[in-house]
Amino acid sequence: MRYLPHSEADRQAMLAAIGVSSIDALFADVPAAARFDQLPDLPMTQGEIEVERHMKALAGRNLSAESATAFFLGAGAYRHHVPASVDHLIQRSEFLTSYTPYQPEISQGTLQTLFEFQTQVATLTGMDVANGGMYDGSTATAEAVLMARRITKRSKSILSGGLHPQYRAVVETIEDMSAGSMVALPPDPNGTEDIIAQIDNETAAVVVQSPSFYGQLIDLKPIAEACHKAGALLVAVFTEVVSLGALESPGSQGADIVVGEGQSLGNPLTFGGPYVGLMATRNEFVRQLPGRLCGETVDAAGRRGFVLTLATREQHIRRDKATSNICTSSGLCALAFSIHMTLLGGTGLTRLAATNHARAVQLADALAAVPGIEVVNDIFFNEFTIRVPGDAAALVNRLTERGIVAGLPVSRLEPTRPELANLIIIAATELNGDAERERLIAGLRKVL
Amino acid sequence: MLTRPDVPATAMEGPGHRGLNLEEPLLFEVGHVDATGVDLPKPPAVNDRLGKFARKSSLDLAGLSEPETMRHYVRLSRQNYAIDMNTYPLGSCTMKHNPRLNEKIARLPGFGDIHPLQPLNTVPGALEMMEQLGSWLMQLTGMNAISLSPKAGAHGELCGLMAIKAALRARGQAEQRTVVLAPASAHGTNPATAALLGFKVETIPARPDGTVDPADVKAKLGPEVAAIMLTNPNTCGLFERDIVAIAEVVHAAGAYFYCDGANLNAILGRAKPGALGVDAMHINLHKTLSTPHGGGGPGSGPVVLSDALARFAPTPFLKLEDNRPILVEDVSQAGIGEEPFGRLTAFHGQMGMWVRALTYLLSHGVDGVRQASEDAVLNANYVRARLSDLMTQPFGDKPCMHEVLFDDRFLEGTGATTLDIAKALIDEGYHPMTVYFPLVVHGAMLIEPTESESKESLDLFIDAMRRIIGRIKDGGGAALKEAPLHAPRRRLDETRAAREPKLRWKPAAA
Repeated sequence: MRYLPHSEADRQAMLAAIGVSSIDALFADVPAAARFDQLPDLPMTQGEIEVERHMKALAGRNLSAESATAFFLGAGAYRHHVPASVDHLIQRSEFLTSYTPYQPEISQGTLQTLFEFQTQVATLTGMDVANGGMYDGSTATAEAVLMARRITKRSKSILSGGLHPQYRAVVETIEDMSAGSMVALPPDPNGTEDIIAQIDNETAAVVVQSPSFYGQLIDLKPIAEACHKAGALLVAVFTEVVSLGALESPGSQGADIVVGEGQSLGNPLTFGGPYVGLMATRNEFVRQLPGRLCGETVDAAGRRGFVLTLATREQHIRRDKATSNICTSSGLCALAFSIHMTLLGGTGLTRLAATNHARAVQLADALAAVPGIEVVNDIFFNEFTIRVPGDAAALVNRLTERGIVAGLPVSRLEPTRPELANLIIIAATELNGDAERERLIAGLRKVL
Repeated sequence: MLTRPDVPATAMEGPGHRGLNLEEPLLFEVGHVDATGVDLPKPPAVNDRLGKFARKSSLDLAGLSEPETMRHYVRLSRQNYAIDMNTYPLGSCTMKHNPRLNEKIARLPGFGDIHPLQPLNTVPGALEMMEQLGSWLMQLTGMNAISLSPKAGAHGELCGLMAIKAALRARGQAEQRTVVLAPASAHGTNPATAALLGFKVETIPARPDGTVDPADVKAKLGPEVAAIMLTNPNTCGLFERDIVAIAEVVHAAGAYFYCDGANLNAILGRAKPGALGVDAMHINLHKTLSTPHGGGGPGSGPVVLSDALARFAPTPFLKLEDNRPILVEDVSQAGIGEEPFGRLTAFHGQMGMWVRALTYLLSHGVDGVRQASEDAVLNANYVRARLSDLMTQPFGDKPCMHEVLFDDRFLEGTGATTLDIAKALIDEGYHPMTVYFPLVVHGAMLIEPTESESKESLDLFIDAMRRIIGRIKDGGGAALKEAPLHAPRRRLDETRAAREPKLRWKPAAA
């Protein structure tokens, strides 16, 4: 087996050095009933050729985004161009095959990139401080709600109807299992809900996504003010980090905790994971932040260096008193995010965001001109919702038969709400050119 | 204040480079907001739909051109230790070889470039891949149900304990059973996970031989106990030899058995956790199945479930209809006998890690998987055998599993500590072993060589250990306080980092 260096002679020599006659002696504590008398009926060792053939056959049965004739699906995961150098750099052995940087003298590479990542995320979100990353946007949202409960010592959270339904489900599960209480407002495609009316003196967190799941831009400022008046915290959520290049930051609108999905920068779609959750807050709450934090210090020779710090928040030190159970997180995805952000720079991200927005505006205008289609949102970033005549899922399926992935029929994630069955969420990015848009419009005209 | 890294007095003037050791400033000290490594077309002209939310201030983030970006990150990478460089004997962390075939396969467009919400009939190969991985994991563990979605080991613990809580609710005992038992040697994630779900954590003692006594468990069990969390093989590198009896007393008391599967790599293909009475166990794909650690993730922590817990598995889950895998994404779509406790993450889980793990399993084959476990255990015991004359073991000199645990009694009176040995190893060209964990052993040193190390490479590591200990025993312990001297940095002031947290770069005040 090509990954195992020992020869039989090595194994025998080592057994002799250990002083046992066979490998079985080292497994003597395994109860007889739990031993494999014979190996399960699974394939035996295979070479690269055979394995590659097998896996390629599986991959070949999937319609990749690049092989679709038109692709406009977003809803929490976005198809963007990732510069070639990003994937090259994250495959450097020193990044790919290193552990969490517990030994800082020989981990400065990972630590400095984490420090830079934290700075980038804090700047993008308009917050004081960011952690080193979470699993993804949805779990970061759940952690933000728990964090708000610790800070306010209250248990109730209020979720906007514009929150991604699967984010809502993740928060709901955590709240249900950890004795929190939760009010989830009904789905709110065009951003007209009155969430402020729900805030009371029991409220720990108000969770609002902008751009919303449906694409609508939400005014966070009045919600933040109402939260602060009631002693609650505003948790601002985003699923499309590129939007921060075009929009006022959640921090500047008064958010107390900002969480979101970082996949759009540096990370491929990969069927939903691994991605990287972004999480930022104000300085006063830093000791309640979950996850890794990298801080600056000096070494014994007085040189600047970086270490993981404030570990007294974390499970490996505080155990049942920790702020979270999170350990292994999304290090390499955070690095990919950071490298892509470095390649863009502030001006580059602004331009990327402007292109995304312009492509979405062009698409919305073209769709609005198709008889029977209504664009639901008046203000949006690179994603919006349309209302179609009849069943949206059936329409999307008819387009799929033509190689067109048109968007997300809302019913996929809200199967119990018939009032949403004619909605499709559509995203456009820098990868969607004029020809692709025209193919979608032509396809729609044919199947409508 | 600092705009360039300080350089030691002995170094040359300038940026601090010495030979191939290149210092690298922060991105924000060398980059510029207008610099870019991405050429983007001019955005089409449109009337914007951003309302009053359009960003008014410029985004003050430094960029770099592509060549500068390459240098920035390549220089930084060279300040990292990596498995591809040398032995990485970090106990409990399982730093084994990461095959590059797995990276290649994960990047095939049919896996890397598919969207989680595409119509499911456009991704049959993805569902089939999940089904195959699930089938491998269930057969190798002897368990009948699996939840693939947890995103790391600790997330898997959350999944398992949530399933247990759901099962207790179904029995009407959730209010009554509020205690989780765990040994003091447990990973910190175990008590942290239990506490997150509102359980009170009670510690079970270990016997003098380092394992848990069923009688001690029995003494702690009562109508208030929900579950026991036990790592097997345990964090002392020992197989819990009475695990079947422990599972029996736990089940007899109406509680569940959560097995922390972090050390499954010792027994995969040799032992079936399903035959040990396990109700739920996570499998760290980034340990046992070699998906890369990436400097701290991404991980993946699928959980296998017993028949008692299977129906509570969270969404999404796979089931077979006419032998074809079907993905159940929403609680409302659950069938008869399916009572998902909820959802752990948006979308489906760590597809990129599943692809790598299945590629690993297919490459090894079931015979290679078993051989890998045997070689991992062989290597740890070889290190034990060749260091046991110089070092002390907390539970006596006896066979271990995939990792060997030493304590610091042999350092008594030498002036040297476990930390000094760790830092001295760095100067010898090695990443240290895990130190001061498990907490129950004084000055613990936990060495996990993994199956990826050849005998020659183990001999070199052992020689380095013997040299360091020899120096200490010859009265050179005090000198080690200075170690490391040859790494990119000397020891770092962690107290200062925590006392005056500086968690981001800020421009120097004008």
